[in-house]
Amino acid sequence: MSVVKLKPVDVVVVGMGVAGSILSKELAMTGLRIVGLERGRMMDPQQDFAMPYAHDELKYDAYRSDILQNLSRETITFRNAVTESALPMREMGSFKPGECVGGAGIHWMAGGWRFLPWDFQTRSRTEERYGKQQFSDNCTSQDWGITYDELEPYYDQFEHIYGVSGKAGNLNGELKNGGNPFEGVRSREYPNPPHEHTYSGALFAEACGTLGYKPFPKPAAIMTRPYTNLYKLNLGQCVSGGFCSGHGCSQNAKATPLTAVIPALLKHDNFELRTHANVIKVNLDSDRKRAIGVTYIDARGRTVEQPADLVILSSFTFNNTRLLLLSGIGKPYDPASNKGVVGRNYAYQATGHVKLFYEDKVFNRFMGGGAHGSAIDEFDGDNFDHSGLGFVGGSFIDVNSPGAPPIKAHAVPAGTPGWGSAWKKAVAKYYDRVATIALHGACQSYRTNYLDLDPTYRDANGLPLIRMTFDFQDNERKLSAFVAAKAAEIARAMNGDIIDVSARTGKYNIGPYQSTHNAGGAVMGSNPATSVVNKYLQSWDVPNVFVVGASAFPQNGSYGPTGTVGALACWTADAIKDLYLNKPSALI
Amino acid sequence: MANISSDTKLHVTHSGFAYGYLTAPEVHFLDAAVARLIPADELGPGAREAGVTYFIDQQLCSAWGTHSRAYRMGPWQAGTPQQGYQLPLTPQEIYRVAIREISLYCSRQYAGRGFHLLSTEQQDQLLHSMENGEIELESLPAAVFFKLLLRNTIEGFFADPIHGGNHDKIGWKLIGFPGVASTSYPTHMLRHNVPYRVEPVSIVDIRENRASVDAQGYAQHISLGQAEPWEKEE
Repeated sequence: MSVVKLKPVDVVVVGMGVAGSILSKELAMTGLRIVGLERGRMMDPQQDFAMPYAHDELKYDAYRSDILQNLSRETITFRNAVTESALPMREMGSFKPGECVGGAGIHWMAGGWRFLPWDFQTRSRTEERYGKQQFSDNCTSQDWGITYDELEPYYDQFEHIYGVSGKAGNLNGELKNGGNPFEGVRSREYPNPPHEHTYSGALFAEACGTLGYKPFPKPAAIMTRPYTNLYKLNLGQCVSGGFCSGHGCSQNAKATPLTAVIPALLKHDNFELRTHANVIKVNLDSDRKRAIGVTYIDARGRTVEQPADLVILSSFTFNNTRLLLLSGIGKPYDPASNKGVVGRNYAYQATGHVKLFYEDKVFNRFMGGGAHGSAIDEFDGDNFDHSGLGFVGGSFIDVNSPGAPPIKAHAVPAGTPGWGSAWKKAVAKYYDRVATIALHGACQSYRTNYLDLDPTYRDANGLPLIRMTFDFQDNERKLSAFVAAKAAEIARAMNGDIIDVSARTGKYNIGPYQSTHNAGGAVMGSNPATSVVNKYLQSWDVPNVFVVGASAFPQNGSYGPTGTVGALACWTADAIKDLYLNKPSALI
Repeated sequence: MANISSDTKLHVTHSGFAYGYLTAPEVHFLDAAVARLIPADELGPGAREAGVTYFIDQQLCSAWGTHSRAYRMGPWQAGTPQQGYQLPLTPQEIYRVAIREISLYCSRQYAGRGFHLLSTEQQDQLLHSMENGEIELESLPAAVFFKLLLRNTIEGFFADPIHGGNHDKIGWKLIGFPGVASTSYPTHMLRHNVPYRVEPVSIVDIRENRASVDAQGYAQHISLGQAEPWEKEE
């Protein structure tokens, strides 16, 4: 097969989502010649998300849209345990990776969270407080090799790129009323004020107050006022139209790579964006210690080699790990011996909920959008005493007002028939009389949960698919049951007439939608024996390769990952600019 | 009457819809089945009246109906319940073979009668048997078809009418969903426990100038009822 060889560039960035767009923009400011490669298509928010077509629930919320990954060309395979045969995820369900410029960062719910300081030191802080036995023997959770304090300026930077709204709970060490008292110390207030309470959010906050908890407005990358961001881009004010998560926004009120970064990035003449460029390999020199560029398949099906001095992998969790495995960078993880690193520590989140049905209240649930809601953090991370509980980690608890498009948002009380007149009556009665308290349990990492290359199934280019071996463990089920009981207590204080509690039980099932918060596989750390990248997201094995994204999380926190992905992108960009470019070699 | 194309795939039924995939017997089956899943009753019209059969037909003609964006390479194995859909059949093929095999079953059980000619009690019983996997079909588990049919029925009842179902916004009127949003929401959202009930506006309404929009392209909603509490305040 003939290969098209292109002229070298300084930097090639693989994947134009949240991480890749920020890294490209930050590095473009240095004058380096940068090529951004994206397997999906270009998006134009003014055209792609024009009114009224942006308010099409079937298209965007029911797996019909082309902004999601096209599984006909590439998917993953899945099994719960090594004893099973992994089978392909033939239809999308449990999570929704994107495939376009902006990636999953277009349809995200826009939760603008910072992880807790504890999240970055899960292993050491837990062992210090409770002893080593607090973790099960097969748990491979570890410290990140970076602390919250080191990342704080970069959280601040990301918040000012994505226009995050919220209320500080800990401003330079001083606790602030109305914010989250458990958050890490922040150096500045959020760039935008928090959302106003919806009715369900107000009921939740009031009930939490009576129980002695400290409710706070959820941080959201949804503009509460017109906002000009760090890159001088203008974002519009949210009108709470409710077609948000799953959708693009016609108002540019949701911060995404398309609204908050790409238009500024494209102004740099030294940056070139190539779409329909599906990277299949990072090419290494003969001693395999240095990357010399990448190979991709272009829109015409040609195999193209793009030489570069620096390669940044910033695609979704699965693809970052897969590209390392396909390229032979780093030792693949072997669960039998617990040796090797690439694919190690894949983690997810253990979601659950409590539904409250009311006779006498209506919520106008179709108003709202994304991460518009109220939360408490008393049972997240290590914010509560875990002595004798038999698990590690926790969950924030919230009432969210994301909008209520009716195909997915027609809740009925447990025990209602699934169809027929009785079902129809319950849907009609309760559509606008239900509030949901949600749980997003953190997920630890385990020897038995990992990613590797599938031995059987292949993508459209004939390359092996990534294989996920994953199941929830007792830790996540105990955590979910514990936090669900706390949420049920709040539900009773909210005086729901019918209260249905659903904690995470049983095996992980890849069918029903749960969360696109997939993490790990190319994790960061301070020890090359247990991490793929160092604290600067730089490959231990090939120092001119950086791997940025939720793939770097050694285990998953409770919060949405995007704030931390964005902060890590800003952090890595500075490490490259301030350290690596002066002396292109291993930074540690 | 809709335009009749020379394309042999097009089939025009009594109701005037131009079906792109479904045959007349399949339309009869689905009209009867969706009318049991979401019936017309004292609360108003149901899935059949909402045009759900036509919605399903249109979906089967789409990229979704042919599994154009699903992974379709073998080997094919049954898998565990946690591993998701693993049959080689596309949604188009599921509807075709399942309706055929259920109709044969029906004919054997009920003296040659098709599903649409059974009493509503018999239809409900048969749907329950499918749902619970009590009917053995040759090509696929009956529960797989039932689950897909129920999912598509709910989609067709609540999706924007631009997709061919939710005729006259029947689904939205039942629950009080306004459809395309209005920029008045931020103000109204602060009025807690005050219902916002309006004539729903669909994408089709706006496209065909049956509803007006503001400068941002959002719907201008018309309130239902004479004296909504939130209107008096203004």
